[in-house]
Amino acid sequence: MSEHHAKPTGITRWLFTTNHKDIGTLYLWFAFIMFFIGGGMAMVIRAELLQPGMQVVDPLFFNTMTTMHGLIMVFGAVMPAMVGFANWMIPMMIGAPDMALPRMNNWSFWILPFAGTMLISTLFMEGGGPAFGWTFYAPLSTTFAPQSTDFFIFAVHLLGFSSIMGAINIIATILNMRAPGMTLMKMPLFVWTWLITAFLLIAVMPVLAGAVTMMLTDRNFGTSFFDAAGGGDPVLFQHVFWFFGHPEVYIMILPAFGIVSHIIPTFARKKLFGYASMVYAVAAIAFLSFIVWAHHMFTVGMPVAGELYFTYATIMIAVPTAVKVFNWTATMWRGSMTFETPMLWAVAFVFLFTIGGFTGLMLGMAPADFQYHDTYFVVAHFHYVLVTGAVFGIIAGAYFWLPKWTGHMYDEKLGKMHFWLSVISVNILFFPQHFLGLAGMPRRIPDYAVQFAEFNFMSSIGGFAFGLSQLLFLYVVIKCIRGGEKATDEVWDNPDGLEWTTPSPAPYHTFETAPEIK
Amino acid sequence: MPVSKITKKLANFICISMAVVPSLVFADYKLNMTQSVTAVGNDIYNLHMLVLWIVTVVGVIVFGVIIYSLINHRKSKGVMPASFDESSTVEFIWTIIPFIILVGLAVPATKTLLKIEDTSNPDLTIKATGWQWKWEYEYLDNGVRFFSNIDKTSNDARQRNSGTDPYSVKNYLLNVDNPVVVPVNKKIRILTTSNDVIHSWWVPDLAIKRDAIPGYINESWFKAEKIGVYRGQCAELCGQDHGFMPIVVHVVAENDYNEWVVKQKKLAATSAASANKIWSQAELMKRGQEVYSASCAACHQANGQGISGVFPAIAGSKIVTGTLDGHIKIVAKGKPGTAMQAFGTQLSVGDIAAVVTFERNAFGNDTGDVVQPSQISRQASGGLNHE
Amino acid sequence: MQSQQQNIANRRLLPRLLLVVVAMFGFGFALAPLYEAFCSAFGINGRFIAIQEGNYDVAARLVQISQVDESRSVTVQFTASRNQNIDWEFRPMENSVSVHPGEIRVVTYYAKNMTDRTVVAQAVPSIVPGQAVKYFNKIECFCFTQQTFKPGESREMPLRFVIDPHLPGKISTLTLAYTLFDTQNRQAVNEKRDVSLVSLAVRSVVPNVPQPY
Repeated sequence: MSEHHAKPTGITRWLFTTNHKDIGTLYLWFAFIMFFIGGGMAMVIRAELLQPGMQVVDPLFFNTMTTMHGLIMVFGAVMPAMVGFANWMIPMMIGAPDMALPRMNNWSFWILPFAGTMLISTLFMEGGGPAFGWTFYAPLSTTFAPQSTDFFIFAVHLLGFSSIMGAINIIATILNMRAPGMTLMKMPLFVWTWLITAFLLIAVMPVLAGAVTMMLTDRNFGTSFFDAAGGGDPVLFQHVFWFFGHPEVYIMILPAFGIVSHIIPTFARKKLFGYASMVYAVAAIAFLSFIVWAHHMFTVGMPVAGELYFTYATIMIAVPTAVKVFNWTATMWRGSMTFETPMLWAVAFVFLFTIGGFTGLMLGMAPADFQYHDTYFVVAHFHYVLVTGAVFGIIAGAYFWLPKWTGHMYDEKLGKMHFWLSVISVNILFFPQHFLGLAGMPRRIPDYAVQFAEFNFMSSIGGFAFGLSQLLFLYVVIKCIRGGEKATDEVWDNPDGLEWTTPSPAPYHTFETAPEIK
Repeated sequence: MPVSKITKKLANFICISMAVVPSLVFADYKLNMTQSVTAVGNDIYNLHMLVLWIVTVVGVIVFGVIIYSLINHRKSKGVMPASFDESSTVEFIWTIIPFIILVGLAVPATKTLLKIEDTSNPDLTIKATGWQWKWEYEYLDNGVRFFSNIDKTSNDARQRNSGTDPYSVKNYLLNVDNPVVVPVNKKIRILTTSNDVIHSWWVPDLAIKRDAIPGYINESWFKAEKIGVYRGQCAELCGQDHGFMPIVVHVVAENDYNEWVVKQKKLAATSAASANKIWSQAELMKRGQEVYSASCAACHQANGQGISGVFPAIAGSKIVTGTLDGHIKIVAKGKPGTAMQAFGTQLSVGDIAAVVTFERNAFGNDTGDVVQPSQISRQASGGLNHE
Repeated sequence: MQSQQQNIANRRLLPRLLLVVVAMFGFGFALAPLYEAFCSAFGINGRFIAIQEGNYDVAARLVQISQVDESRSVTVQFTASRNQNIDWEFRPMENSVSVHPGEIRVVTYYAKNMTDRTVVAQAVPSIVPGQAVKYFNKIECFCFTQQTFKPGESREMPLRFVIDPHLPGKISTLTLAYTLFDTQNRQAVNEKRDVSLVSLAVRSVVPNVPQPY
């Protein structure tokens, strides 16, 4: 702690680092690697679904791919990427020298590679990896699951530990480490969204831990939480899982809301419209996320009263979400916009996330959900909110802050090319899936009736193109780290926020003396 | 119905005001939700269209404003940024408007839901039990009971690199050996439960999707208003062959239904009688291969090689080439704690004899054994089927 | 560098957040008894709460349901399933009966162990429609206890029940389904979470949870 200014080198720098920027970098690279592994699995899925008939893999392995793709993207790619942004940017945005609990920060990152490796290693175990969907419903994941499931459970525990510690650190940082004068309602929106996300995390990750613990004891120690023979109920698992699962969706999207709320004002050269209502909307969404979980399970046979309640509560989420979209629109309105790469991604985010929101409203209506449930319509919906929502938010943020991190401008031409390739291919990939679902194609099937062939073909082509486009992103990032046009301290045209008052690249230690906030 | 009226009005409004028919939403059933053959299904469809139109209108307005802004409010056009950053009035209005729309939506949703959940006074009750990976149906009112597997042609074609073009198979993956038969214009109550994991019974044309949960029973209903064949699939991931357990419902005239019931009962009686017949080896092998591909190939594979570490091979298996009793026993009784089910409760004695004969003389197993149905004792088969 | 003040604040906050984490972990488990309470109150999934013997005061319940409602009759359908294809014969001796609410009836299920080993089986009841669950009172049922069958043993097992006359008028048919489980597939059934303190706590604070049987 004493030789604060010496920057250690070599592998030990990364192993023992307590520096928020180093740890942020580690998180982002981990997420990037996982994004490609999970993406590779998506390519296997789309290759099998390219045309009717089984050509590439066996059905069991196909199920393993859909399962692992989901788990890796959620727990390995999107969440760690968001934590990476939080580590890098929150201290710089609130004028703090580092995270509140730097050593715990190191620990929470270094658990991740072990958890990730353990999860992926199940693929090579006898009986195969988890093949019960990322939602791992009992009893398919208990009585009927392969041996490797116990490793999967342990991996989920570790991932949960990591997230909880990360969240505690973020809450402590935001509540205790703000520069003097930065009141809560002066905090940048990214900080606000992460504060709320972190509270969601510590509230629901333990519930997930509880769910997998119950699975573990059901599998190995003779309890029967989810087994009717001993007085349990498989449906209980779904309630516990979705009590975690629905807030989890917002854990992935809220920080992206924050990122976009920084980018749009910067490139519209205009203050964010309705700052206060943005904060209240995020809080409202977070609150509602706790009381709507059973809309994921309308078909399990609930009493009518339950179905009605969950319908009403669910569609109410549309109100705060609409407020956010309107605010972004009003921010752009009569601004003086330019369209550098981050702005392109952010604008695409607003359009495409909104489409995901629309289908979300449709899915929230219980009677209609009886037809949509567990079809490709659902697959299309959550990929619109998670890929063109969360992932687009992450990519937008990466372009936005890369110059601050590396000191170099990224290649604008390649960045734009990456954007246009991605935004076109992602729609070819996911839009036809709406039609497939409505026409009656169930999700998680390795082969399909021939009337679904055309749209699956289209979707697979879009999928391959989207996957390949991301290699371009990798190239742009590496190129930007290695060199390029020198970035100014402000990077963009008069951006708002403390992070832009630091030099580019941001020095190893920033704000060792707290700045004054007017 | 008010819902459909609203839908039509909205549709007209859009068509006139935009002078554009969004062809995507109207083109054909492949793009849009299946229009069902039940009254409740129609309500669901109308609700779907109502919400779809509302979000389309909202989308056109919001995206229109954004696009206008993207085109006109750019720096390259020399626009100076405005300085406003909040307005309580505007913010209040755009909070309250979505709220009012949503309350409006809740009304038709509630009405439809109450109809869906009213299972009282059914004309016929059928219990559908999900199995890995087939459906078992039991007509509670008349005792008809059978298993429904994916049909053999689809099942052969869907094997990896089978060489069969899926387009050459009629109703690829959506056809079964024994369909459910129900009378038209009768309220049919479907009870769902499961033998193993959670499945879900879904037929889009009948607008029913209900989970089948082991240990518990769920109910839903439909009243088909049109004679026809309606196809669906299991909708809840239930393991390896989740994609290969279709559902086929034949809606027929009441007379035809009654005839079908009589035929089913006769069939069960003949099957019981065939237990005493002596079969030739060729007959047994032919039938045995059919039974094998319907009931065994999913795990032990069409080539008898199994999947290493998961499902044992039939080819060269110690059990299959060992004593006859041991072989019959594992087929009839299964192996507790594994995926090997007790087929004695699912197959007739004739089918067991055939499949055992087949397994002992196929895949390079050349025991030369011929097993007759009479050798499969009632005790061994445990027989529930065709009783 | 963290200031002294910040350091103290962090140390104070940490245990509080950890407490939230631990509490939420506990809440995950508390969902089990909570769910049971909800199920029995609203008939979710047509399930009864945990299978256990005996805490049901038959006499008291019968006094409550003293009068037979002759003006009304309800059809009760019976059906049986076997979990994981347990090698048994298991079926109701009658497929349906018509009863007046308040009238005590007995029906029997036939069960035969077809295996060559002794099997301990548990029958799990479930009723549709869900709203009917709390009006269907079982006075004697083979599902109250696990049933031990020797190899090849068969038995007729009685179910004595009465329907509460408060059964909502629109329910004219109800279906009682039993699923037979081999407990060897799942060991240690009865000493499970019913003993948990959380479960007892929830039962004592949530009023109107009817007795299971």
